[in-house]
Amino acid sequence: MLPGKPVFLLTDILIFVLVLSIVSFFVYAMRKPHLRQPWGQVVRSRAGIISMIVLSVYVAIALLDSLHFHPMLENHTTNSEKVQYSGEVISVFDQLVSDIRKSTEKTYSAPFATHLYAKETVQMADGTRQRVYPRLSWGASHLEDPQTEKVTDVLSLAITGALKAVFVWMMVLLLLALYLSVRSAQTFTATFRSLFDNRSGMPWRTLSLTLGVVLLVLLVGAEWASKYHVLGTDKVGEDVLYQALKSIRTGVVIGTLTTLLMLPFAITLGIMAGFFRGWIDDLIQYLYTTLNSVPGVLLIAAAVLMLNVYMSKHAEAFASLTQRADMRLLFLCLILGLTSWTGLCRLLRAETLKLRAVDYVQAATAFGVGSMQTIFRHILPNVMHIVLITLVLDFSGLVLAEAVLSYINIGVDPTMNSWGNMINSARLEMAREPIVWWSLAASLFFMFTLVLFANLFADVVRDALDPRTSR
Amino acid sequence: MIAYIVRRALYAIPILVGVNILTFLLFFVVNTPDDMARMFLGQKHVTEAQVEDWKAERGYHNPLFYNAQEQGMDSFKETIFYTKSLRLFVFDFGRSDSGRDISYDISQRMWPSLAIAVPQLLIGLLLAITFALLIAFFRATYIDYWAVVICVALMSISSLFYIIGGQFVMGKLLRVVPISGFESGLFGVKFLILPVLIGVFGGIGSSTRWYRTIFLEEMNKDYVRTVRAKGIAEQTVLFRHVLRNALIPILTGVVVILPLLFMGSLITESFFGIPGLGSYTIDAINRQDFAIVRSMVFLGAVLYIIGLLLTDISYTIVDPRVRLS
Repeated sequence: MLPGKPVFLLTDILIFVLVLSIVSFFVYAMRKPHLRQPWGQVVRSRAGIISMIVLSVYVAIALLDSLHFHPMLENHTTNSEKVQYSGEVISVFDQLVSDIRKSTEKTYSAPFATHLYAKETVQMADGTRQRVYPRLSWGASHLEDPQTEKVTDVLSLAITGALKAVFVWMMVLLLLALYLSVRSAQTFTATFRSLFDNRSGMPWRTLSLTLGVVLLVLLVGAEWASKYHVLGTDKVGEDVLYQALKSIRTGVVIGTLTTLLMLPFAITLGIMAGFFRGWIDDLIQYLYTTLNSVPGVLLIAAAVLMLNVYMSKHAEAFASLTQRADMRLLFLCLILGLTSWTGLCRLLRAETLKLRAVDYVQAATAFGVGSMQTIFRHILPNVMHIVLITLVLDFSGLVLAEAVLSYINIGVDPTMNSWGNMINSARLEMAREPIVWWSLAASLFFMFTLVLFANLFADVVRDALDPRTSR
Repeated sequence: MIAYIVRRALYAIPILVGVNILTFLLFFVVNTPDDMARMFLGQKHVTEAQVEDWKAERGYHNPLFYNAQEQGMDSFKETIFYTKSLRLFVFDFGRSDSGRDISYDISQRMWPSLAIAVPQLLIGLLLAITFALLIAFFRATYIDYWAVVICVALMSISSLFYIIGGQFVMGKLLRVVPISGFESGLFGVKFLILPVLIGVFGGIGSSTRWYRTIFLEEMNKDYVRTVRAKGIAEQTVLFRHVLRNALIPILTGVVVILPLLFMGSLITESFFGIPGLGSYTIDAINRQDFAIVRSMVFLGAVLYIIGLLLTDISYTIVDPRVRLS
């Protein structure tokens, strides 16, 4: 039960639709041997399993961050029947990390800092005024004497986190071994030992070790974040780690929804062009050549400029800032989709042209099967691998594109947390003395990890699904 | 051959018409000039007269398609569609919303863009082909495996990081080159080094990986096996046979972007303060100058279509099997 009134943003709904369809596809695919085989290949490769684990952490955060609600106000009078809700919209993820969300400082502070980045005039105990670096109001506030205690405190927190991680890791592995030993009728100890062994065809050792490392990073990070600003704070004193984590949702939404939104166009038009040929083909080819000939960035810029005009004209149509930012995000996905569907459309057209000449499609036509039925029964299932490959291949490019677009102010709403906005605001911080590097480093690190593993995953998926490269 | 080129060039016309209609719809129909004027002047405290003035100053006061107040042909000529959209076909870009002559600006700003883009393309191409060939030589070894991993890692870093990091290390820490700026002539070279270097570095990962797959695909072909079977040395196989044939897809892939080099790179130019077309576009986007963005959209489309045309022609030159049908 949510502690508040749920809010359904459009992107939230779409992202859960996407998750549902992916899950149902997998449930369906598991029953069909010819669909299960390539995914088995993905899971059995080491790069595949590592990237799947890391990506699932990102996706989990993005999903938690996609459940929005109006929080209940705490100070409402208990005897009144009506519960008051706050006007702001937060997500389940915000609720989970409310410690670092609310722990704002005055301005910049370095990672693990105990004192502020800038000097302030402070009234001393003896009544004099002095320019000193004041203590942070939240970060490391539990320490009496930060100079001597900080290192040991950080270390002991790390050890606590590591112990927790090892405990959780062991529990997960034990449960996994228990499940596997029941299924395979092997002894429990043998199964457990095989979890540290890559030889059985499935890279169990890689899986276990990756899981361990991921748990270690997560739990040690969580332990530190409960007492310190692990990645420092930004200009207005907001925790940088929190911003970077919030940006995950933006990146994942752009990376996935863009492709999802363009799929109907690309699939319908691509298959129609290839299947019906003639003037339909000419028309569709003309359409995508025209769209393709406008440089993507310029088309996006033009569209976003027009959106700005539209939004400033219809400012009253958006209930809250969050909704406005959300609409803008969705629109950005649409525009990015508009510029990127042409590639998929072309591939699908070529593949359909090829499939059309294949014997079983010819036979279906000879038997008098209608075009619609032929398309749905014979063409569509046989081009789905191209669609899936595009979905994963485009993801990393779109995440990177978001950063660039936000940097030139034609990306997501400036109030929205995104890596592009973080980099944009961090650009001038590099010129400060001493240099403020943590905002930039954090956004780049989080983005790099996501894109790197998405790239690796895409490679594995492509190798597994594309009949030309496999075997 | 000439008939073929002419025919291909004629194909370009309907596409350009399409682009023109698309930009027209986007800039004048989705949002009317009134909206733009209000956006520019601010929502509140704007009188009707001010809006009309703003529009008249920039030629947005006419009706969209048909001007009933004029006589004969003028009723079509004195419209936004004619003055703002059709005039683009003769490369008359008109004036920007701040009153500058766009065509003049473009002719001035083209050269700095080229000064960055051309060396960047050439050096990048040379390096990527060299690396890819090396990796292909060591195919299916640990060198190959790790080289691909490094390529993927390089691809996964945002181009913004290359620029910010490069500026910081080369310009601020080592102080070998100026951080940003531009100067024409031979003295300007010192300003070019860093952006070119960063551009090359940022693109090397993806292009090396791509060329590697092209080389490997080529190596699996029958004629290469025949050459090997004849006992030809591996170097000769690579340089004489594989490289030459693999250059066909690589070069035709490059030809398509050649004309677009004029447009420059938006990000690089704005970071390094280079007065090229890329930073021109960015400034226009930030100032919400619709006339410039519209011109650049059209110019970009024209250049892309020229690129496609050049690709078709170069295919027929390098690969005689592609018939001119």
